[in-house]
Amino acid sequence: MEYGLKPLGREKLWLLALLMPTLIGLLFGALGSVVATVVLSFAKWDLLTPPSWAGTINYVSLVTDQKVLLSLTNTLKFTALYVPGVVVISLLVAVLMNRKLRGVSFFRTAYFLPAVTSAVATALVWNMIYGRDTGLLNFILERLGIPAVCWLCADTAMYSVVVVNIWGAIGEGMIIFLAGLTAIPREYYDAAEIDGANDVQQFFRLTVPLITPSIFFQGLMSTINAFQAFDYIYMLTRRGQGDSSIPVVVFSIYRNGWYFFNYGGASAQAIVLTVVVAIFMAIAFWLERRYVVYE
Amino acid sequence: MTRQTQKLVLDLASYGLLLLGGILMIGPFLWMISTSFKLPADQFTKTLIPPTFTLENFRQLFSVDLNFPLLFWNSAYISILITAGQLLTCAMAAFCFAVVRFKGREALFTLLLLTLLIPPQVTLIPNFIIFKYLRLIGTSVPLWLPAFWGGAFGTFLLRQYFLTIPRDLVDAARVDGASLLQIFWRIYMPLAKPALAALAIFTFQGAWNDLLHPLVYLPSVPNTMLTVGLAFFQQQMTHGGKFTVLMSGALLSILPLLIVFFIAQRQFIEGISLTGIKR
Repeated sequence: MEYGLKPLGREKLWLLALLMPTLIGLLFGALGSVVATVVLSFAKWDLLTPPSWAGTINYVSLVTDQKVLLSLTNTLKFTALYVPGVVVISLLVAVLMNRKLRGVSFFRTAYFLPAVTSAVATALVWNMIYGRDTGLLNFILERLGIPAVCWLCADTAMYSVVVVNIWGAIGEGMIIFLAGLTAIPREYYDAAEIDGANDVQQFFRLTVPLITPSIFFQGLMSTINAFQAFDYIYMLTRRGQGDSSIPVVVFSIYRNGWYFFNYGGASAQAIVLTVVVAIFMAIAFWLERRYVVYE
Repeated sequence: MTRQTQKLVLDLASYGLLLLGGILMIGPFLWMISTSFKLPADQFTKTLIPPTFTLENFRQLFSVDLNFPLLFWNSAYISILITAGQLLTCAMAAFCFAVVRFKGREALFTLLLLTLLIPPQVTLIPNFIIFKYLRLIGTSVPLWLPAFWGGAFGTFLLRQYFLTIPRDLVDAARVDGASLLQIFWRIYMPLAKPALAALAIFTFQGAWNDLLHPLVYLPSVPNTMLTVGLAFFQQQMTHGGKFTVLMSGALLSILPLLIVFFIAQRQFIEGISLTGIKR
């Protein structure tokens, strides 16, 4: 409250005007939506007939409905595979790029391309790459004498889709880590060099502890993204009846609402998703206090 | 091994790894470009250079039944409206939070930041219901209207940047009799161009690439956005076996962002590191 420009006279009205869109957004866009979704999650409503009270049925069916449970375990599995993948690979890429080799800016552009373009457009190519009979990947495998794999079948789709999601996220992770790496003072490495530490030791004893803030941030962001993953899953695993071979929570919310017109059930799923994300964030910040080193 | 040869070996290994990774990163794009210039008969040939080079796929995109130009136009104007709305309303709020002194400022800002925790799926359902009752489903209004009520992300990003602008400028302007609005529009907005550019690119990219929201609000072709249109074409064409047309559509759809990226690569990357570092 100490600093700041004091609005004079009628400028108070201007202040209100400047803040008005944000206030409307807070009231209707955020608070209103949350309250409405909570209320809806206790109702049964297809938007065609009048809504009726459903009590806790929507929440009970979250536990009893196999399909809904499956979507939750799929999301957890996806997150468990995706987050470490993104963090480790983009850190590795950033470390390699930070060696200040000639022509590194070319590589930076190349690695960032998937982060620029839409998942929808690139998923179309990945569909051609993963194709069973005509796909590029199976063609290469056959040349190497390995039998063809059905990359987007029920038992493999999870891994194939996680790979594409990681591919799309490396660019952003790399930038976060590069920013963290360039902030480490050069002298630290000079000192380590004098003490006779080799590159591997320098990486694990010096680099990793000093970029724990970036690792934490990237891990948190990737987790949030993983819980909300939708685009590649929709584009690569969609089947008949609005189903998917690996339905995740957001996919299931979409299908429940806009395919089965079960907006109450979809709301309950959205609320559970929010709570699960909040729990993960709480764990993350607890881990941060214990393990993240800020200078 | 001396220190120097060790360095050389490591450098070569780094190049090797980066090159291998680079091929994996841009490989799908090369395949997209290659397929979009192939004849439909050659759609599954495994050569990077098309056996016969054709522009026929692009011509088909502009045929009446696909109506690609409409998808392109919709994506363009909706994304531009969303970007304009976000830049304006986020900057307005960010200026208040960063510069102006008023009661409850910190509390309001904290409340705004808390909304970052709300996943977009939670707001989607009630918003959809409201827009349905307003008979706006099937129009672009539900897509761009919410961009005009600010947002935590953009406001936070701009506020952080506004805070770095020297306060002496405000005091000097005040002495010269400048009003609140003049200080906002004549001093802060021009000086915040780098942050505004980063936010603009970030927002535009998000809007252009969005799938879930247009899928809900503009669910059917031809009057929809590129992402939904391409998803629909995918369903149609993988059965009809026209991957070549699909690839030319995908290529055209990413072209605007690629152009912006190659012109403003620095802002693109800044947008990410700005949000990453200044937590």
